[in-house]
Amino acid sequence: MDKMPKWADIALIPFINLVLALVVSGLVVLYIGESPWEAMSVMVRGSIGSAYGWGYTLYYATNFIFTGLAVAVAFHARMFNIGGEGQAAIGGLGVAIVCLSVPWPHWTIALLAATAGAAAFGAAWAAIPAYLQAKRGSHIVITTIMFNFIASALLVYLLVNVFRVPGSMAPETARFADPTHLPNAYDMAPWLGFSRSTPLNVSFLVALAACVGVWLLIWRTRLGYEIRAYGHSQTAAVYAGINPLRIIMISMLISGGLSGLLAINSVMGEAERLVIDPVQGAGFVGIAVALMGRSHPVGVFLAALLFGMLYQGGAELEFEMPSVSREMLLVIQALVIMFTGALDNMVRMPVERIFLRLRKGG
Amino acid sequence: MDFATLIQLLDSSIRLATPLLLACLAGLYSERAGIFDIGLEGKILISAFFSASVAYSTGNVWMGLLAGIVSSMVFALIHGVASITFRGNQLISGVAINFLASGVTVVVSDSWFSLGGRTPQLEGSGRFQNITLPFAEQLQGVPFLGPIYHDLISGHSILVYAAFLIVPLTWWLLYRTRFGLRLRAVGENPAAVDTAGISVVRMRYSAVLICGVLCGIAGAYLSTSLSAGFVREMSAGRGFIALAALIFSKWRPWYALMACLLFGLLDATGSLFQNIELLGISVPVQFMQALPYILTVVILAGFVGKAIPPRAGGEPYVKER
Repeated sequence: MDKMPKWADIALIPFINLVLALVVSGLVVLYIGESPWEAMSVMVRGSIGSAYGWGYTLYYATNFIFTGLAVAVAFHARMFNIGGEGQAAIGGLGVAIVCLSVPWPHWTIALLAATAGAAAFGAAWAAIPAYLQAKRGSHIVITTIMFNFIASALLVYLLVNVFRVPGSMAPETARFADPTHLPNAYDMAPWLGFSRSTPLNVSFLVALAACVGVWLLIWRTRLGYEIRAYGHSQTAAVYAGINPLRIIMISMLISGGLSGLLAINSVMGEAERLVIDPVQGAGFVGIAVALMGRSHPVGVFLAALLFGMLYQGGAELEFEMPSVSREMLLVIQALVIMFTGALDNMVRMPVERIFLRLRKGG
Repeated sequence: MDFATLIQLLDSSIRLATPLLLACLAGLYSERAGIFDIGLEGKILISAFFSASVAYSTGNVWMGLLAGIVSSMVFALIHGVASITFRGNQLISGVAINFLASGVTVVVSDSWFSLGGRTPQLEGSGRFQNITLPFAEQLQGVPFLGPIYHDLISGHSILVYAAFLIVPLTWWLLYRTRFGLRLRAVGENPAAVDTAGISVVRMRYSAVLICGVLCGIAGAYLSTSLSAGFVREMSAGRGFIALAALIFSKWRPWYALMACLLFGLLDATGSLFQNIELLGISVPVQFMQALPYILTVVILAGFVGKAIPPRAGGEPYVKER
């Protein structure tokens, strides 16, 4: 029944999609009057050509792993969680409350507590849309979009009226106390050449652990099997005795919790305070990452790395080619989502035909 | 609140409701034909940019409007190709459209104008001027009705009147013409429409393109009428509020008008007053901004009447083979 080998589905097609997205982005760069080759090499050099670049690339990748896994888990239950942005922002609120309310003696305990706080707040923000989907049939995409906007309004309100440092104009919380400072790459491995201010921190390891955890959950547990079964065929799953309410709730809670975990990287690890927009679009990048990574943790990790390179490379691009603005990476991101997500069949159908013809010939 | 402030508030509500209304009706055509569109925001944004740039370079706002509509239709066509021809996921395509618009508008405007993602200020014939309706000046002195006519009804740009006229037009088109019947049918039961010998693909493409035209007008209104030029991210979530209004109105034109006026009023209240005292409790401005979204969730939850979307919405149509 398979029209083409598995490797073509998980590697060849995403690769062609990516190449198409890059070619179209190259045309945009060409239109602006710069050389796409040069832009590409600036981006690669800027992102992985130095320890400085790696520090930022992996920092961004950490964010994208969390949001990418979040979207991927929901995808397995055939739900589109577009609310990563809001869930991560509320996760930031959880981290801030944990870090500011208790005088933590050591970063390890603080990290454990903050991880729990971030996941709990993120999951809570996903719970209402999940419940409405499961019980009332409200479309989860629309409710999670609405919850993104509600989250951002809530965060602005809390930062301006509740958490703002008295006397300060900036809508942000106080800086977290020193013991909650997470060791960054310089503290952990100075011999690798990272600078003292590198944003890459111990959360990267948490992200890797999350990849393993999601893999175990989806492919090695009964619950994961039920989630996949439900995503594959809802009627068959219900017939097999799987409770849809339970699957929708659990997968969305896990998804929201993973989104919330982004905050331990960006809020606790990097900014060390809660600012007005702690997520900066990473929730949406997660959609692209999950699509490219075919909702598999390994794929998500690789795609997150790629997007980390794009984000750091895009920042370098703005320095070296001032005529290409940083928003170029939004264009690339949009094209990746378009080609891997929506226009997938455009590539898939001809490739399938080629493989069928090869098989007949051989 | 005195009478003059009330008039000012309502006047500003109408101005702010207009882009919502246009985008909401745009979404209505698309979703009634079974194509979900969360890319309204992106189409408004791309049109706002091209309208402002072309209006600036030609000095003619009508050329700007045309450019905006064309750019929005191009984006609508991309959405159509992805979701109708290649049967891709309509939601993902919409997400991509939104990002594409955010990126392209800044990248291209930096390249054209080097103003940090803005276009130069539009002046004179580069903007839609406000129209004074007949006898508005003479009737201004009439108590009560005079100010209503002069300050509230008269004195808007032509696009505002156009937007309000499109509401009855849409109602008529949807419920009183053969095209409208087919459009609605294609969103409910495309197989039946196909059996009747009508092309599902063609119906859906026309709906998506109408959606592009209306989003184009909404974007042009933002940058050439409501403000005088393009600023990055100037659509500021209006596409999503329009989507909320569409659900709030349960995909019906007259209710869409009322939902958009309500959301416009909320927006105007939030920007006119910093603090609102209601029954002795001060309502934060952020709550006013979030209210459209909260109301939509409540409606979606079915606590206040149930919002049922077109049945075939979001599903690509596959002819039996």
